[in-house]
Amino acid sequence: MNDLRHYETPLLPTPFDARTAAACKTHAWANWGGYRTVTTFEDLAMEHSAIRNSASVYDLCPMIKYRIEGPDAVAFLDRLTPRNVAKLRTGSVHYTIWCDDAGHLLDDGTLFRLTDTRFRLCCQERHLPWLLDSAHGFDVTVTEETEDIAALSLQGPTSAEILRRAGIDIDALKPFRMMDVPFATGRLMISRTGFTGDLGYELWTTPDLALPLWDRLMEAGHLHGLRPIGSDALNIARLEAGFIITGYDFTPAHVCLREDRLRTPLDMGLGWLIDWEKGHFTGRNALLKQRAKGPEWAFVGLEIDGNIPADGAILYRAQKHEAGVVTGACWSPTLKRNIALAQLRADLVKSPDLWAEIYALRELHYAKMMMRARVVDRPFYTPARRTLTPAARF
Amino acid sequence: MYDAVVIGAGHNGLVAACYLARAGLKTVIVEKNDWIGGAAVSRELYPGFTYSNCSYVSSLFRPEIMRDLDLSRHGLQILPYEGGALMTRDGGYLGMFRDHESNRREIARHSRRDAEAYDRYARDILRNCRLIRPMLMRRPPDLASFHPRDLSELLWLGRQITGQSEAALCDMLRFWTMSISDFLDEYFENPAVKAYQAVGSIIGTALGPMSPGTAYVLLHHAMGDVDGNVGAWGYARGGMGSITRALAESFRAAGGEIRAGIGVQEVRISNGRATGVVLANGDEIAARRVLSNMDVRRTFLGHVDRKELPPDFVKRVERFKTRGSSGKLNIALDGLPRFTALPEGAPNIKGDLHFTDTIDQMERAYDDWKAGRFSRHPFQDVMIPTMIDPTMTPPGKHFMSCFVQYAPPQIEGKAWSDADRDAFAKTCIDQIEAHAPGFRDLILHVEVRTPRELEAEVGLTEGNIFQGELTFDQMFFNRPVPGYANYRSPVKDLWICGSSTHPGGGVMGAPGRNAAREVLRDLRQPVSHMSDAYAIV
Repeated sequence: MNDLRHYETPLLPTPFDARTAAACKTHAWANWGGYRTVTTFEDLAMEHSAIRNSASVYDLCPMIKYRIEGPDAVAFLDRLTPRNVAKLRTGSVHYTIWCDDAGHLLDDGTLFRLTDTRFRLCCQERHLPWLLDSAHGFDVTVTEETEDIAALSLQGPTSAEILRRAGIDIDALKPFRMMDVPFATGRLMISRTGFTGDLGYELWTTPDLALPLWDRLMEAGHLHGLRPIGSDALNIARLEAGFIITGYDFTPAHVCLREDRLRTPLDMGLGWLIDWEKGHFTGRNALLKQRAKGPEWAFVGLEIDGNIPADGAILYRAQKHEAGVVTGACWSPTLKRNIALAQLRADLVKSPDLWAEIYALRELHYAKMMMRARVVDRPFYTPARRTLTPAARF
Repeated sequence: MYDAVVIGAGHNGLVAACYLARAGLKTVIVEKNDWIGGAAVSRELYPGFTYSNCSYVSSLFRPEIMRDLDLSRHGLQILPYEGGALMTRDGGYLGMFRDHESNRREIARHSRRDAEAYDRYARDILRNCRLIRPMLMRRPPDLASFHPRDLSELLWLGRQITGQSEAALCDMLRFWTMSISDFLDEYFENPAVKAYQAVGSIIGTALGPMSPGTAYVLLHHAMGDVDGNVGAWGYARGGMGSITRALAESFRAAGGEIRAGIGVQEVRISNGRATGVVLANGDEIAARRVLSNMDVRRTFLGHVDRKELPPDFVKRVERFKTRGSSGKLNIALDGLPRFTALPEGAPNIKGDLHFTDTIDQMERAYDDWKAGRFSRHPFQDVMIPTMIDPTMTPPGKHFMSCFVQYAPPQIEGKAWSDADRDAFAKTCIDQIEAHAPGFRDLILHVEVRTPRELEAEVGLTEGNIFQGELTFDQMFFNRPVPGYANYRSPVKDLWICGSSTHPGGGVMGAPGRNAAREVLRDLRQPVSHMSDAYAIV
């Protein structure tokens, strides 16, 4: 494509497009960061079931990726993110977040330590100016490399067995560790990570090897129930796992217009990521103040009575005082429960008197329900096979 | 005997008159030209071609007014447009796209950093829009007054401001006072990206992009919307004259009367009260009140007996800045020009086109203005509305609107001559020809408007398109002059309703609407036919 005429394809194909397009029987496409992605390939229930019963592949290419490299990479990342990066071993991955000076969340993501001095940051939003400005004074380079990498998520109970069948020995690979193997004419990086809360891997290679990788997995997985899944099935799995998505569960500070909608890690139940002792990081002073005062908001998992998903529901205390809002919800096919993630006023986390106002549109009329909601621990679902090493056959 | 006579059939005069007529007031509009519209006017100056002779795009016009006055039923359609491009001196271009990701990729061709800086920039502009938009449809308070209404309005304003965090307040104050150049430097690095974003900050303004106060002017151009899409601009189908045509229809449907062709000589004042107007032909129109849509200088220095006015007020009006800074070329084209920088078929040609690729270059254009010359390398805002609007020209032919800066009110201290005007036109056409070879050969007719023509035809003092500059010293409760931001004047029953008043220029209609509301309020008439500003949630 001529760079000058990029506007003719506002939705770019990902490196896997030749395969995903052929498999997408529903033609249910969505715009994810300017890429054409699939919401459902064939059947939502079958696709979710594959995540929990057999195995699934999900095209991750539109995730934004930054390469952070240099002698000061650890120091820079320790300043940028509240988590302790010095503790992240080479070959390991950790979930992370970062904030602006006021302690307001900008994004969450995963940080891969590829070598002692080279990292990859994967996230939902674009942050190049923020990363470059934050790097001032550090001997480090920051490069946006989204289009240089093809990424595929392989998730589900049979995912390890599929990799073995594809000729990759992953028996020693523990959760949040990664390994690098030769693949076709290049390299393949495999991390034991994912967004489903199940046994699973993420596979990273160069765009030219995307289709060979897809084909190799499909061939290895055809007796193990492997199928491509779209973002709708993944969303159910991530809710069951209790994972948040930037822009869905909170509004990131760099695009947030309304000051009362800004959220800190403490508001979002992410305080466990913060290393208060490691020294300064961006937003630390503001977060210390908030910690002393106690956050106004909490982020919780809810179980809600009935079986109608509570997407966007307003939460009430005693059925009349507004208490928060549901940011994501579904009927969990795995748990046979009605689950939700919600922003809730912090003083009401222990309230036994929480209610969700649910409107169900049925044959053009709304059934209006006030359903009891209970705060429960996250994750809602976490199978033992997720962390077993070596991973089981299914 | 009329209840109200409105001087000038510009959009604000028409808006005010419509609201008055709908409240049952017997209202007449007097217009000096044979046509109506003021600066929102479409005339056919070449057979088969409708022009937008002055204003040329619409965003600020308040949708509340369109609804109240039933303008769609009277033929008004506002069309969104896509595209826009800045052509660079090295033969390239920076395009603008409605699609977020296309826009990001386009900026990334010039700077990957700037491409990812755009969201934060857009957030900050929108935050400021959210602050100012609620103020548009309100009468500003008089800070020196203890009248309960002024106090309550002041309190409302205080609440808007104190509802912000300290950081947001600081940002707001900086934004309202700084130069667009400094503001853009905080977000972007690429010169073309900055030059494109600076466009809205100098249009209609006798300031350069490095002058303090220009960031606010950008906001003034960004606070409108097309169907809720804040900051977006659109075309009025059939040219900008369709706005005033629809207003005139709405006015007549409410029983209003328009007398075009003879202007007002003087406002009649007896016993300190305005009692009507005397026309240029000596006719008199008696009315219980007079609303002037003319700018404040033209009204009080040209058409009111000075003895009736307090000297301090006159002095302030004399000092009210109306320095003109812009000119316009309206061109009938035999075909579509081909801009060499734009790929064949690119949608960008449907939007605003520019040829000034750095802030520096814009500032140099302003330097010429300061020296009393029109810019040798002018900044142009070129649009071809016929790319979208099928009604303005025969198929395949086009109307091109070229807004040009800078053009001073006088050339080196002397009035514009016809030779000056022709040289100005040649400079602008040469600039377009350089980017679209063969352009000149497509020209069927050109209407050239310097500040001289804008003053003589439209009545805008010194050719200032906003009826007074949009600098912070002339805004809000200081517009047009302190103590008279309430649409009233020292002469009882003489009102001002044009863009010289809050919230200022642009085809917004808010000044006319706010003035009518004040008139009706004084009369204790119900205002249920007037919508309040749509809530911002």
